[in-house]
Amino acid sequence: MATPLNARMTADGIAVSLRDYRAAGGYLGLGSARETGAAAVNEAVKKAGLRGRGGAGFPTAMKWAALPPDDGGPRYLVVNADEKEPGTMKDRYLMEGDPHQLLEGIAIAAIATGARKAYIYLRREYGRCARELEKAIDEAVAAGLLEGLELHLHQSAGRYLCGEETGLLNAIEGKRAAPRNKPPFPQVSGLWGRPTVVNNVETLCNLPHIMREGADWYKSLSSSSDGGTKIYGASGWVARPGLWELPLGATAAEILDRAGGMSAGRSLRAFLPGGASTDFLPASKLDVKMDFDSVAASGSRLGTGTMIALDDRTCPVGMLLSLERFFARESCGWCTPCREGLPWVSRCLEALESGEGEMGDIEALEDHARDLAPGRTFCALAPGAMEPLASALKLFREDFVDHVTRKGCRYK
Amino acid sequence: MLSDEDKRRIESEAGRYPSRRAALSEALLIAQESRGWLSDEGLADAAREVGVSEASAESVATFYELVYRRPVGAHVVLVCDSVSCWIRSGESLVEALEAQLGVELGGTTSDGLFTLLPAGCLGLCEQAPAIMIDGEAYGDLTPERLRALIDGIRGRAHGDAAQR
Repeated sequence: MATPLNARMTADGIAVSLRDYRAAGGYLGLGSARETGAAAVNEAVKKAGLRGRGGAGFPTAMKWAALPPDDGGPRYLVVNADEKEPGTMKDRYLMEGDPHQLLEGIAIAAIATGARKAYIYLRREYGRCARELEKAIDEAVAAGLLEGLELHLHQSAGRYLCGEETGLLNAIEGKRAAPRNKPPFPQVSGLWGRPTVVNNVETLCNLPHIMREGADWYKSLSSSSDGGTKIYGASGWVARPGLWELPLGATAAEILDRAGGMSAGRSLRAFLPGGASTDFLPASKLDVKMDFDSVAASGSRLGTGTMIALDDRTCPVGMLLSLERFFARESCGWCTPCREGLPWVSRCLEALESGEGEMGDIEALEDHARDLAPGRTFCALAPGAMEPLASALKLFREDFVDHVTRKGCRYK
Repeated sequence: MLSDEDKRRIESEAGRYPSRRAALSEALLIAQESRGWLSDEGLADAAREVGVSEASAESVATFYELVYRRPVGAHVVLVCDSVSCWIRSGESLVEALEAQLGVELGGTTSDGLFTLLPAGCLGLCEQAPAIMIDGEAYGDLTPERLRALIDGIRGRAHGDAAQR
């Protein structure tokens, strides 16, 4: 089974050097992109069926195709390396382990989009990634590999909304990272009002392999209708939490299997397929194929593909409180439903957990799950926060009620 | 006050963008380095260097969580309270730190050595539970490891003080 994304990574976790990366065929994809040109790269990526790995799964070639024709002015490529979706650590793994793979992907995307300047927006907590990327950029520049591209690392001063692509643009410009209205989309009016493409780290890491091995080969790696492999992960009370590269469309059961199953004495009750802002799926759906369409068909989202397991000894209401406390804290305060609604949700869950909850709190939670649905808020933060809540209210209803009748949490 | 080296670093950052303002968050963090937190004076210095008003710089300083507008201790402990770490430790990691340091979340120890802050997901989910001290990540924490870690920093700080 081919695992192009982590094939070169070393067991000791030391980043792949430029020499080793090139010895394994690194930067050949970039060479091929330079030879064939922008139109051919766009065509290959479209044919490869690459969908964005940041969480939304938007087809990468389609994102690029929304750029207006080159008017000779500046256009930018931005790498979203602000990984802060709770339960998600895949981009860190890719940047720490094989930084040149990302740089090659950036250089190929720059050719496809016509960007001559690129920024990597990296969360500052990823200090090791910053050191590896800076070293790799210096090496690649010295070797003449990034010719025609000015590439900078921008380290974030920290906030979840910096990972929202328009919030990210504001962050780079030195403003509060509140999201922007869409349209206009970044491709039309992005950084400093110029055409800009924002791509996720893992998405870009796929490009060298598509360019080197071809779209057909890439497509054949997947066991879904989309192309490629995926860096999957598992956390929570699983025997061996970690990250694995598997064909896109591997089942959740296969991922859990890689993690060695659940920890001793615990059984799986439900899971979030890909980060904090995805709906819970019950353990009975463990055979779901973890690709964008299959997870959507089963009532959740693939998101970042790093699943979080809820076991039978962990309180689902407590887990939700941890999730909603995060979202309430990260609300930028720009729009009222999110600014006021998320702390309310958090307080209701706190009341239930501490034994002071009433049945009315459960109704208030249900109201919020409806009232903070997509379209009711300025950006996707609050609707994302409602995905685990709405699904939990359905799946674990007896637990919510039990907190009220028992006046406390039976898991404590 | 910003040193010449600070100003050079801000200049170098500003040179990467078509607009100086893009260097603001970096300038604020550079101005924060000497004390560990951003004073009014530091904020004004950073604003002047980048060419924005103090009010504008304040709007940015208060948005980002790694900019500290109030005094912090010599070591900032970020404790992850997001979902993967919460599942593995419940409230016990936060409680253990609070007990060991003798402060609540948001507090600074009376010797000025530690400030304890909650943090959204640190991206160390496969090593949960995890914390970060002064930008260094520590995962797979047990109460014993946590104790050794904090005691180690305390011991070094007191050793330094004894040498002086």
